[in-house]
Amino acid sequence: MLEFISQSPVVAALIALGGMALLFGAVLGFAAVKFKLEGDPLVAQIDALLPQTQCGQCGYPGCKPYAQAISEGDAINKCPPGGQATINALAHLLDVPAPELDAEHGVEKTVKTVAYIREDECIGCTKCIQACPVDAILGAAKLMHTVIADECTGCDLCVEPCPVDCIDMLPVPTPLADWRWPAPPAPQQLWQSGPLIATDRRAGPTSL
Amino acid sequence: MSAPSANKPPSVLIPTQQVWPVPGGVHPPANKRQSLQEPICTPPLPELLIVPLQQHIGNPATPLVKTGDLVAKGQLIAAPDGALSVGVHAPTSGTITALGDYPVPHPSGLSGPCIVLAPDGAERWAERRPVADYGSATPAELLAVIRAAGIAGLGGAGFPSAVKLGTSLPVDTLIINAAECEPYITADDALMRERAGDIVAGLRILAHILGQPAQVVIGIEDDKPEAREALLAASADTTIRLVAFPAKYPSGGEKQLIQRLTGREVPRNGIPAEIGVLCHNVATVYSVARAVLHGEPQISRITTVTGDACGQPRNYEALIGTPIRHLLALSGYAATTNARVLMGGPMMGFALPSLDAPVIKTTNCLLAPTAVELPPLPPAQACIRCGLCAQVCPACLLPQQLLWYSQAGNHARLQAHNLFDCIECGACSYVCPSHIPLVQYYRASKGEIRTQEKERIASDLARQRFAQHQQRLARLQEQREAKRAARRGELAGAADSPSTSTATAPARSAEDLIQAAARRAAQKQASPEQQIAALERRLVAAQHLRDSAQEKWLAGTANHLTTAQLDSLRAALEEAELRLQGARNKLDALRCGDKARSHSQGEEARPSADARDNDEQESP
Repeated sequence: MLEFISQSPVVAALIALGGMALLFGAVLGFAAVKFKLEGDPLVAQIDALLPQTQCGQCGYPGCKPYAQAISEGDAINKCPPGGQATINALAHLLDVPAPELDAEHGVEKTVKTVAYIREDECIGCTKCIQACPVDAILGAAKLMHTVIADECTGCDLCVEPCPVDCIDMLPVPTPLADWRWPAPPAPQQLWQSGPLIATDRRAGPTSL
Repeated sequence: MSAPSANKPPSVLIPTQQVWPVPGGVHPPANKRQSLQEPICTPPLPELLIVPLQQHIGNPATPLVKTGDLVAKGQLIAAPDGALSVGVHAPTSGTITALGDYPVPHPSGLSGPCIVLAPDGAERWAERRPVADYGSATPAELLAVIRAAGIAGLGGAGFPSAVKLGTSLPVDTLIINAAECEPYITADDALMRERAGDIVAGLRILAHILGQPAQVVIGIEDDKPEAREALLAASADTTIRLVAFPAKYPSGGEKQLIQRLTGREVPRNGIPAEIGVLCHNVATVYSVARAVLHGEPQISRITTVTGDACGQPRNYEALIGTPIRHLLALSGYAATTNARVLMGGPMMGFALPSLDAPVIKTTNCLLAPTAVELPPLPPAQACIRCGLCAQVCPACLLPQQLLWYSQAGNHARLQAHNLFDCIECGACSYVCPSHIPLVQYYRASKGEIRTQEKERIASDLARQRFAQHQQRLARLQEQREAKRAARRGELAGAADSPSTSTATAPARSAEDLIQAAARRAAQKQASPEQQIAALERRLVAAQHLRDSAQEKWLAGTANHLTTAQLDSLRAALEEAELRLQGARNKLDALRCGDKARSHSQGEEARPSADARDNDEQESP
């Protein structure tokens, strides 16, 4: 063995390298089969960033199809419910510059809304139930329908089909528990308000 | 660990080595003296009591009364909603005058659901059911009493006390938080000075509920010697340990106090019970004693009203629901010298948006400082990276880093730097030489992260429901296809069997199927008279539609509508006319066909009728 290596080092090296190539190839091949990922992980990542309103304003029948389309090269600025925040997140994920929201697909809503059916006007046609992408409307033919507010994504898709126009999009109320502190004003604004002298302080910490 | 006995001087009873060091902290001027000049005072009844339904952490209570009801003092007027909730009791006897949204003491300035009570001045108590011998009562029974009394933690957070006490984890140390480290606040101090007996009684009840834990410790700062003496005298014959430690803000924080007294650190995102410790505020213990021994629910609390804008700072035993304005007026509050009224102390309190808000279970202090006393924060300047904030942080965080990440909105890094371990004590903002409102940044970021987390959960749910919706649609489609295929097979079989049994499957293909369908349609074919009647009905409907569209269009032109609206009206009119025309043509054709058929009753008329029938089905 040693003799062979010393006699013909080139052949020995080729055999060794070839053997390693085969070995690692086999390991990689095994790993590729064993740890195969189901579906496209990129689509799942994009889908996780989309707001899941399933409103179809992007032109696709839901967020997952749009995620699929983005992964195949469609523009990332077609989602009005997500707004600029979603575009930025998508741009960050895909490592592309973040464009402005495409106004063709709608404008970003400032208030979150939820569908509300004026129940005494509902005629029970089930058209809104068929339109709802997340099955958030309860009801049956010729019986009153109602929206499960917690499940409603505020996609507006039920408003159009209603023949008696009894669906309103109401802003989601903010309960006290959901209130959050506003951020302090940006420091830049304060610097611009005029020159400041730090020693102008009237009261401060006495000791530490 | 040894029990203190009454005949030893306090300095020996409180060995300093039993206190562990805690990181950080500041020493702001205490300003507690002002409000301790007078004893606790019971204020006269206000005209109206506004009792909010949510004064605690958890679900708001559900009202049990309606407008016009007469209620007795201590009667339950709102029941707890779920396990993490406490009830609300009538603070005095009187009439319910309204239920609705009123300003509540909350930094948002939002209104919350409240019950408004007009006192009758009779102070007529509802039936009180004190526990005669709590020693023989089971912990579960006592917990039920505490729960029914609506007791929520009075230290500031307002966590339902029965939930905290009902922990299933083993507890070996019961700590009573009597530190009251925040400047100006003296509510607990006054309570301990005047009602030490009840506090010790409450402590015994808690110890009984927890199955006599190995040690019961009262932690108190050393700037309250009178309160300490009073507690020592009251607990002389017990094993309760009273530990005084040097005053430092914020040693009254639950986690800080536990570390100070036991040396144990509460794990992050954990609760003290996980390390065998339970911590209650001294005022909560007093409320427990009142509830168990006297049957009185939580309808009042000690509130400090102080600040230089108050002529006479002092402590009040205020009924829950007393308007803050009422208490301030009693203390000689001068609105002219005052900039804002804070609920809570100067470090952690918040400016009240409305003085009409009531006192609630967590109102430990109302601070009305003058502009000289607590000047408004000067505008923030750039961080000079002095590092003072990191030195004073009691949670050992890096306030500077948190500030950068908060300004950049980098939530992942904020969480990596343990933002949620921040207790919002305000020590970093207090020492900041650039006056950066650090805590406000952290609070805002915490809120954003919580909101995002909530939205993430909601969007996950929507994603799941959308997937299920798609699956359901696919399943329905599949079922329809299957049904169609089955029918097709059936028909093909029916067509084949009489003609020839040797026909193979590929042979009964499109032509056979078409023939079968034609035959089926012919069977279904209505008589010509019925068809004519149906078409006539349709003609009338189409005429009606056309008329109404025309009317609308005329009205539109008269009212000068926009071109877009006019266009849509015109389109509707044209469509209606088309429909009318179509109906007319069809009727004419059918009538002709009818005449033709009456001459020759052949098979050839049938296909045309089929075609019309199909046409009829397709048209809307």
